[in-house]
Amino acid sequence: MKPDALLSNPTSAPQRALVFVTRTRQGGNTGKLDWTDWASYAYLVVGLFMMFAPILWLLMSSLKTESAINQFPPTFFPYSQKMVTVAGHEKPLAMFLTRVDGVEKPLAQVSRLGIVATMVDPAKPTEEIKVNIRERKPINEMEFAFENFTDVFKKFDFFRYLFNSVFITVVATLLTLLVNSMAAFALSKYQFKGQKAVFGLILATLMIPPTIILVPVFLVINSVGLLNNLWGVILPAIATPTGVFLLRQYMLTIPDEILEAARMDNASEWRIYWKIILPLSAPALAVLAIFSVMWRWNDFLLPLIVLSKSEYFTLQLALNSFQGELNTQWHYLLAMTVITIIPITLVFGFLQKYITTGIASAGVK
Amino acid sequence: MSTLQLKAVQKSFNKTTVIHGVDLEAAHGEFVVFVGPSGCGKSTLLRIIAGLETATDGQVMIDDANVVNVSAAHRGCAMVFQSYALYPHMSVYANMAFGLENLNVPAEQIKQKVTEAAALLRLDGLLERRPTQLSGGQRQRVAIGRAIVREPKIFLFDEPLSNLDAELRVSMRAELRDLHRRLGSTMIYVTHDQVEAMTLADKIVVLRAGKVEQIGTPQGLYDSPCNTFVAGFIGSPRMNFIGREVFGAQPIFIKALPSATEQIGIRPEHFHLAPVSAALTLPLTVTHAEYMGGTQLLRGTSTNGAQLEAVLPTATLVSVGQTINLTFEPDIVHTFDAAGKRCA
Repeated sequence: MKPDALLSNPTSAPQRALVFVTRTRQGGNTGKLDWTDWASYAYLVVGLFMMFAPILWLLMSSLKTESAINQFPPTFFPYSQKMVTVAGHEKPLAMFLTRVDGVEKPLAQVSRLGIVATMVDPAKPTEEIKVNIRERKPINEMEFAFENFTDVFKKFDFFRYLFNSVFITVVATLLTLLVNSMAAFALSKYQFKGQKAVFGLILATLMIPPTIILVPVFLVINSVGLLNNLWGVILPAIATPTGVFLLRQYMLTIPDEILEAARMDNASEWRIYWKIILPLSAPALAVLAIFSVMWRWNDFLLPLIVLSKSEYFTLQLALNSFQGELNTQWHYLLAMTVITIIPITLVFGFLQKYITTGIASAGVK
Repeated sequence: MSTLQLKAVQKSFNKTTVIHGVDLEAAHGEFVVFVGPSGCGKSTLLRIIAGLETATDGQVMIDDANVVNVSAAHRGCAMVFQSYALYPHMSVYANMAFGLENLNVPAEQIKQKVTEAAALLRLDGLLERRPTQLSGGQRQRVAIGRAIVREPKIFLFDEPLSNLDAELRVSMRAELRDLHRRLGSTMIYVTHDQVEAMTLADKIVVLRAGKVEQIGTPQGLYDSPCNTFVAGFIGSPRMNFIGREVFGAQPIFIKALPSATEQIGIRPEHFHLAPVSAALTLPLTVTHAEYMGGTQLLRGTSTNGAQLEAVLPTATLVSVGQTINLTFEPDIVHTFDAAGKRCA
């Protein structure tokens, strides 16, 4: 089959996808691009670059050695200066392409004083050559510093931080789903006095920035003795107005007749909630679960004030602790940042279709 | 035994009274149909019996016990909803088993009962399916099956056939009738369709604006409707109402009527084409003629512009624009007084 015929008669799913992606404004796959096509592609490329460039840079930088990170000007790929071991010298020496008498030679630097560097040819270690530092250029080679990642596990109690983060995220998300769905069930399916007022109050809390209530929250956590306790991070933010709102709007779309049928079927109100409402709200629950995982995993401020002992640190707090007052171990910080964003990326990757379908169906339907 | 009795049941929503003191009795095994135009309160009345709404006043007696303060689950009623209200996330089997599970019936018994009900309703092969994978008629049968497995004292049906297409409605009607015969339990059925009411009911309750207009057998309501509303509602096509200004032109005829008669009613199917010699005749200038195979439905104007409908056999075809003479037996004429009540 000729390519054109293939495009006009797509048979398999990938072919259809290709036809879909390459279709143009004028219709069909003529290959002629309208200016709107150009604009769309430009917009998408810019968007892709803006979203993806920092992540890519982070990934590359996390693979650089400590010295490569501090290099100026910075490079995208993890280059580092070539080092050689020369007989008679304990430490490896840095290699430079050095111009000696008009000829460029790779030489190792022994020492440097002011603008004069003492160089040595690795092949003839006894012969020292003094050159002006302007006469030489560092020899760089690509080197991936995977030890950044392995060191993180060795030098820090990584698995403790990971456990703390996972524990907080999982438990808090489960409790958030439970508490918010119960509130949403009551607000959507029961008629009672002040129902609208309660809902309004819950929504009104959206207008208070969390930073403003940070000190009161700290005082409360302190007085109930939950400082330096993972539950002190989990409990304060379980009930979220966003979650109640999202779930309530979704539950409003569940027909009352199903609940009445369940009541006729002898189901208790708890069973109606557990066996009917929760399964039917699954798309909205998935959305809230994703949000909650993101909030909790990335949460920094609340753990920062509640957890001060390093054994209770979450990954985010541990990341912060790499950033000292005097020096910052950037190579470890970046490596651990990469490790930290992996779970959230996975959650997003696997559940993203629920986000879109869930948000879409929570609104309309 | 399962009997139902309503005593002076009233229902108001925020000062708007929708049920004005309804009294009603249903004997064991009776098929009672509530019929009336939409908004007449028939569904509300059913929900009061089910316990999904509470009556503002009055008593609901099931087996001679007042159940007004008993929750819906404990009244021993099972309800089939208009939208079927199947649990969309459960299989057909789980849908039917849910009520029994809530009663902590042993799994063995549940399985047996569900299988029996499924066989009865011809759902055998569908037990593992989800409601979304079923056709309308099958969903309807699942909803009925869900009611059957609980062996309720009283079955409540809230317009169960109104979401089905016409053909399926007819066959489901026959199935319901058959089911009632086999189960022999008391059934209360709400519909706005008088054909359904006529074909299914042992007893029809005609409701209008929250009041009972008439209670009786289908035949009783057809033969002697107590007022013009019932007369017009029961029977299809609608009964013709003829005012004094029209039948007054027939001096022979007027002598036979009770003196209070202001309107007479004649059902379209009771007209015949008049032979030349007939004494009792009404002229009809046909404006619409619908050929329906065995019969033809004629609509037209009579004396003084009165609109009449007649259903005639198709032996003699009538066409639009023709004027014919209609006759009828004197004893099928319904007579109503000025208030619309039937004259004795």
